[in-house]
Amino acid sequence: MNLTLKIWRQADSSSKGQMVDYKVTEISEHMSFLEMMDVLNEQLVNSGEEPVAFDHDCREGICGMCSMYINGEAHGPDRGVTTCQLHMRMFKDGDTITIEPFRAAAFPVIKDLVVDRTSFERIQQAGGYISVNTSGNTQDANSIPISKHAADEAMDAATCIGCGACVATCKNSSAMLFVGAKVSQYALLPQGQVEAADRVQNMVAQMDLEGFGNCTNTGACEVECPKGISLDNIARMNRELMKAAVK
Amino acid sequence: MALDSKVPQGPIKDKWTDYKNHIDLVNPANKRNIDVIVVGTGLAGGSASATLAELGYNVKAFAYQDSPRRAHSIAAQGGINAAKNYQGDGDSTYRLFYDTVKGGDYRSREANVYRLAEVSANIIDQCVAQGVPFARDYGGLLDNRSFGGVLVSRTFYAKGQTGQQLLLGAYSAMNRQIARGKIEMFNRHEMLDVVVVDGKARGIIARNLITGEIERHSAHAVVIASGGYGNVFFLSTNAMGSNVSAGWKIHKKGAYFANPCYTQIHPTCIPRSGDYQSKLTLMSESLRNDGRIWVPKKMEDVLAIREGKKKPVDLSEDERDYYLERRYPAFGNLVPRDVASRAAKERCDAGFGVNATGEAVYLDFASAIERYGKEQAKIQNITNPSKEKIYELGQAIVEAKYGNLFQMYEKIVDQNPYETPMMIYPAVHYTMGGVWVDYNLMTTIPGCYCIGEANFSDHGANRLGASALMQGLADGYFVLPYTIGDYLSDDIRTGKISTDTPEFEAAEKEVTERINFFVNNKGTKSVDYFHKRLGKVMWDKVGMSRNAKGLEEAMAEIKAIREEFWKEVSVPGTANEMNPELEKAGRVADFLELGELFAKDALMRSESCGGHFREESAELDGPQKGEAKRNDEEFAFVAAWEYKGEPADAVLHKEELEFKDIELKQRSYK
Repeated sequence: MNLTLKIWRQADSSSKGQMVDYKVTEISEHMSFLEMMDVLNEQLVNSGEEPVAFDHDCREGICGMCSMYINGEAHGPDRGVTTCQLHMRMFKDGDTITIEPFRAAAFPVIKDLVVDRTSFERIQQAGGYISVNTSGNTQDANSIPISKHAADEAMDAATCIGCGACVATCKNSSAMLFVGAKVSQYALLPQGQVEAADRVQNMVAQMDLEGFGNCTNTGACEVECPKGISLDNIARMNRELMKAAVK
Repeated sequence: MALDSKVPQGPIKDKWTDYKNHIDLVNPANKRNIDVIVVGTGLAGGSASATLAELGYNVKAFAYQDSPRRAHSIAAQGGINAAKNYQGDGDSTYRLFYDTVKGGDYRSREANVYRLAEVSANIIDQCVAQGVPFARDYGGLLDNRSFGGVLVSRTFYAKGQTGQQLLLGAYSAMNRQIARGKIEMFNRHEMLDVVVVDGKARGIIARNLITGEIERHSAHAVVIASGGYGNVFFLSTNAMGSNVSAGWKIHKKGAYFANPCYTQIHPTCIPRSGDYQSKLTLMSESLRNDGRIWVPKKMEDVLAIREGKKKPVDLSEDERDYYLERRYPAFGNLVPRDVASRAAKERCDAGFGVNATGEAVYLDFASAIERYGKEQAKIQNITNPSKEKIYELGQAIVEAKYGNLFQMYEKIVDQNPYETPMMIYPAVHYTMGGVWVDYNLMTTIPGCYCIGEANFSDHGANRLGASALMQGLADGYFVLPYTIGDYLSDDIRTGKISTDTPEFEAAEKEVTERINFFVNNKGTKSVDYFHKRLGKVMWDKVGMSRNAKGLEEAMAEIKAIREEFWKEVSVPGTANEMNPELEKAGRVADFLELGELFAKDALMRSESCGGHFREESAELDGPQKGEAKRNDEEFAFVAAWEYKGEPADAVLHKEELEFKDIELKQRSYK
């Protein structure tokens, strides 16, 4: 198929960006979206132009590196996938595809489609851990039974890949789904109880400091999340925050 | 230089304990004055960074991704082995040790593998304490599954995302230390050289991938944890950015590179669909528990399927060749990875591949669906169930076990694997070879360590499933933090290492010159053009099955591609900006050297062992006819290569492998 691409080009964080049109031809429907981008970049390199910078690494939907806002949706039109898992069979010959970076005040553009998501790092550093040193003398892994239900729910929350689609999708650029998922994973496990109050307070404080917006319950984040992280995690985080406040 | 593995004396089960009791320690106050650089933040580098920081060292960690959490350990699916014996099925440290040495086809170092098995149980305890949500049974205790090549259930898992959860565990431990200021994290930074001062590794030169700035970083020791080099094949299951550069740079500065030809080609990956393909996707080995692998018996059926005139489900049972069950009745579809991969290649080379590229075989779940369906009908007391009912019941079971994998397959291939067999083909997955290290995990450069997939030490010539995660975390959490202390105890009075020295100056100059060459070369061909050509030579002549003629040709061809690369490569953009093409150029330049050494190593090793199959070394008759033939008399050694300029001139050093605790046997899966 032949396509027109409208792509955000921006030289660096301090430059002004703009949309630029490109044509690609003979795109196979079996290609992944990023392989289509590879074809475009090969074309640009061969004509001496600078290729489009975009983040990507594992190309199997788990590292969370790839982003892109495609035709107005984080990770494009398919559901439950990252951009690297999106396939060209979702598009038609002759389509015009608009490709922008994830946009949020807390995710400044570094170049073209690459954004800076280190605000997520700082939120994790504020409390996204259990304080246990490596010693080889921690208690036996089976000494505290954890109900299968709680373990499975913690696992579902822990599945978050930290891509930032929730933020890019949210009209308020809220990071509540991302933070809620981490808070929930630990809140559901006995190991996470000791530091639960400090954790949720510190992580939420850092989230606010980074300039992420508030949650107004539109639920768009859950729809666009490539890993299906549930809104329940936001509710659980709010509950944890409330609990911490009255402690 | 003679190779000294520094394996401690004494019985194998006491070596590690005795060693730990007698090494020199650094007191807590002095640790504050010691800096350690860790390159790579996957399971090995992440766990090492966190643990070293907890101990009190000042850690500087480097990752080319925008976060440590994105390292490619994240993509590991199946699980992590540990000799916990929770299932009471007779597992023990010795059994895990034995299985790993045997699975590695007797080409690993006994003492290292025993230590790995010994600390495996600690890893599970540590990860649970960190909040890693492993799968549990209804009683709330940890669940296990079984993997290929072993007779016990010792694999712990978190759905099909075990690597992700373990890495997030190590990442959380790192975050705690980053918050305390004990780890300084350098995201989007790439190490471009190691700096050796007075014979010791004392720092690195790194490039800030956002600004292009070249930076000097000093430390008292440097730890390389940069993963495997499977991307030398261009197509592999590795991440796009996975590279050999950190390992290769230290090789060029004096670290020996061991067994580069030991590569694992994983049997169950989604086949290539066209020339534009950028990477291959693995489907967990666990699928072989229930899937049956076959190709059509008759060539006319193969052609009809390729032309779309027939569908695989149209073929009756006796028109199918279940070639693994035919050749290996004892293990059937559950033979180890190397055996399964070669058997698929054999059928496809004979022309029986079932897709347009001729490189695919079927993995069929119809029998499993029927078997589970009948079982469920019985459990649910359904008498005379219809065929449809059996199918429905069976499908539900298969979905519960493999649902996420089936969904992933359907997303990529656009076919429903419940209704038509999956297509699979082997793909490069893991590299057992790597930088040579001694028992302390130190390379032949004093003060330079290498851990995880980047080193060579624990998997011999073939890695068993669920052992990579175990090794990465063992090295980072429980081995390196001890062994490095023994070395650093001599450095308590050294003080801060200055970066304002001729050694740093020279290393930086070399790095800058190379970068300037790339951006000024203005050649005619892209970096990928050369990488793809290299990959094709590697796959065709240095892939699953190798012979002397092909390997000699490969060495010459890779050299020719390398020479053309240095003339014709085109890198747009400048050095002082984010420039992904420039990053790729540096990595591919190193792959073009490693590839030749890889072929040279494979040529030297004229035996078959593990993932390395030499066509000249196969059993000629008897029940094992056609199977790999190992040669313990001549090749029971580690091949450690010393850099001498051109890869073809590398000098071989042998570390003889002694097997005191395990008897060498032929691996038979018939």
